[in-house]
Amino acid sequence: MTSLLGDVDLPFKPLPPRVLEEYSGMLREALGFKRAIDEEGRVVDESLLPKLTNRELAEIYEYMVRARVLDGWLLKLQRMGKVALHAPNRGQEATAVGTAKPMKPHDWLFPSYRELGAYIVRGMSEEEILDRAMNTIDDPLKGSDFAIYGNRKYNIVPAPVPVGNQIPLATGAAIAAKILGHDTVVVAMFGDGASSRGDFHTGLNFAGVFKAPVVYVLQNNQWAISVPTKRQTAAPSFAVKALAYGVPGIRVDGNDVLAVYSIVSRAIERARRREGPTLVEAVTYRLGAHTTADDPSRYRREEEVKIAERYEPLRRYRKFLESQGVLTEKEALQLEEEWDSRVEEIVRKVLQKPGLPKDVFFENVYERPPWVLEEEKKEFEESLKIAEELGIELEE
Amino acid sequence: MPRVNMVQALNMALREEMRRDPRVVVLGEDVGRMGGVFLVTEGLIEEFGEERVIDTPLTEMGIVGVAIGMAMYGLRPVAEIQFIDFIYEAFDQIVNNAAWMRFRSAGMYKVPLVIRGPCCGGIRGGMHHSQSNEAYFIHTPGLYVVMPSRPYDAKGLLKESIRVDDAVIFLEPKSVYRTVREEVPEDDYTIPLGKGRVVREGDDVTLVTWGAMVYVAEKAAELAEKRRGWSVEIIDLRTLFPWDKDLVVSSLEKTGRLVIVHEAWKTLGPGAEISAYIAENHIDLLRGPVKRVASYDTPFPLVHEKLYMPNVARIYRALMEVMEW
Ligand SMILES: Cc1ncc(C[n+]2csc(CCOP(=O)(O)OP(=O)(O)O)c2C)c(N)n1
Ligand SMILES: [Mg+2]
Repeated sequence: MTSLLGDVDLPFKPLPPRVLEEYSGMLREALGFKRAIDEEGRVVDESLLPKLTNRELAEIYEYMVRARVLDGWLLKLQRMGKVALHAPNRGQEATAVGTAKPMKPHDWLFPSYRELGAYIVRGMSEEEILDRAMNTIDDPLKGSDFAIYGNRKYNIVPAPVPVGNQIPLATGAAIAAKILGHDTVVVAMFGDGASSRGDFHTGLNFAGVFKAPVVYVLQNNQWAISVPTKRQTAAPSFAVKALAYGVPGIRVDGNDVLAVYSIVSRAIERARRREGPTLVEAVTYRLGAHTTADDPSRYRREEEVKIAERYEPLRRYRKFLESQGVLTEKEALQLEEEWDSRVEEIVRKVLQKPGLPKDVFFENVYERPPWVLEEEKKEFEESLKIAEELGIELEE
Repeated sequence: MPRVNMVQALNMALREEMRRDPRVVVLGEDVGRMGGVFLVTEGLIEEFGEERVIDTPLTEMGIVGVAIGMAMYGLRPVAEIQFIDFIYEAFDQIVNNAAWMRFRSAGMYKVPLVIRGPCCGGIRGGMHHSQSNEAYFIHTPGLYVVMPSRPYDAKGLLKESIRVDDAVIFLEPKSVYRTVREEVPEDDYTIPLGKGRVVREGDDVTLVTWGAMVYVAEKAAELAEKRRGWSVEIIDLRTLFPWDKDLVVSSLEKTGRLVIVHEAWKTLGPGAEISAYIAENHIDLLRGPVKRVASYDTPFPLVHEKLYMPNVARIYRALMEVMEW
């Protein structure tokens, strides 16, 4: 059916005032700053306190602790040569945990590579993460790439290493859920740098056009390796970018786990009601190096990091919990020690596991391997025999 | 003459060309204040300033597209792709504009652009920090494709690439970045595109390769010589399009046997082109089948990469097959 004057603007005229009003409201959110508790853990916005029991509040803290402890171990193991590469999470635990916690198990997560807290919340164990990082026989992703995690069991799609290319996938999965009549919501996480990629723009554009039930969480940790956010965009916030696609954007304190939880959970509910997508910009700070291959002293000052340490998310939330009588400082520290020794034990176990078989990379290329790969696999096996006959070690 | 590694040689080339020609600019992710993740552009921002050494937003499509526009307007940009594995977002720009602008504007516009970046495996980089994807570019009409294997060639070839009036894809085997040192003149010298070099002379079999595989091939050749007395001639192509067919053919006139070794995937890899060309035009020179040793046709794995890429055993096996045919 063709519509008459339904799809085009004729005659040309200014946009109606209600559009300007709607957009100025959206602009305030996109340029604003939502926070529930301040750096000292004092409540500053009651409306952003999620309705959670004390047990749930304490559980959120425990997830953050687990992320931090595991992060420390991954760093240590990388230095020992047991892990190829690690992207430190320190300082970004609130965003990861606050994003994943309000999701339902059947919701899909398309993460980036700096979200240990989110994996843990969704049920991934320390052992599985370490198996992955050390590519043991139990590595669920079978040695496919470094520094990334994912498992269909928890509806976590393996993160891409090419920054941001999961964004349109999240949009597409969300559109599919809508078409199939599922009540699934899709969440995508990525960095400030990723917002410069074409994938970000096209992903949000499709989401706006098709009202996709998706929530984008942009972790603005203020650095993309050595590039500060001012070099990434001339816009005053990242959240504001969403508005150009007809998608609301909200800027939130990413080191305030309660604010992240509340804002993301509202966005998820909105998506679940099939009212459309949201972009949440979580303002945080990358306290560690970009990855274990990076030396940040080449481009940022140690003083900056020291200042940022003061605003780190665990301390702040601990203070809040203490003031609410949920957890004492002592209990909090105890929790950290407990997890540290638990993880130490897991590390010991994982270090004992054998690695992946030599021909593992021939798997999972196709459902039914074509003759090309079968021939190549034969050559591969022969070459291993030849190496043995020649007495040469191929993998040193 | 200073003894330098490939990173330093590339840095020398960039610095010299930027001093020589104010139109040369460098752009890419982290190339400025950090000097690049491998430090190829180290110190350039201090000497040439932020207008000529440009830290860009994170988008390969943007870096390449903007660099093409700069080149068309009159600059001579060198665009860094942080790892060549990340270049795919820029494909539309590379094919439709970098490669074809001259043709589609009937020669009115040219794109004197170098797109350079680290490629290839051997550093346990997994599937997105290890690829040898040169075939995509070789396959595209309008592009030069270059891959040096040693510091001396890296400097001469990069300088030449910057001066050429067409787009050049300049691939740097990162496993060689810091492992090979040699004397590199501080003077201005260039190496013409399209010319290979004989790395090792031999009479029995011609082994054509490039990039980091030159060193693996040398090991295999030594082993073959020691154990079987076979004399292997190794040719480093250096430029992959156009490849030095004269050098390969003249070697084949001597040996009559051909093995091609590359890190790129085997199916439709550069070896397929070389092999087909020889079969089409010089079948009379061949005493046996052409053999290719290439990475298997799977994504690049994080584990067991040395078994996946061409290795000494795989090359030795190919040499046996052609010698014993
Ligand atoms: C497409 C692509 N280009 C370049 C890189 C190299 N790289 C890895 S991470 C990164 C910076 C990412 O910054 P951001 O999106 O802010 O995420 P963060 O690392 O800060 O969490 C870059 C340039 C990459 N992984 N993918
Ligand atoms: Mg960032």
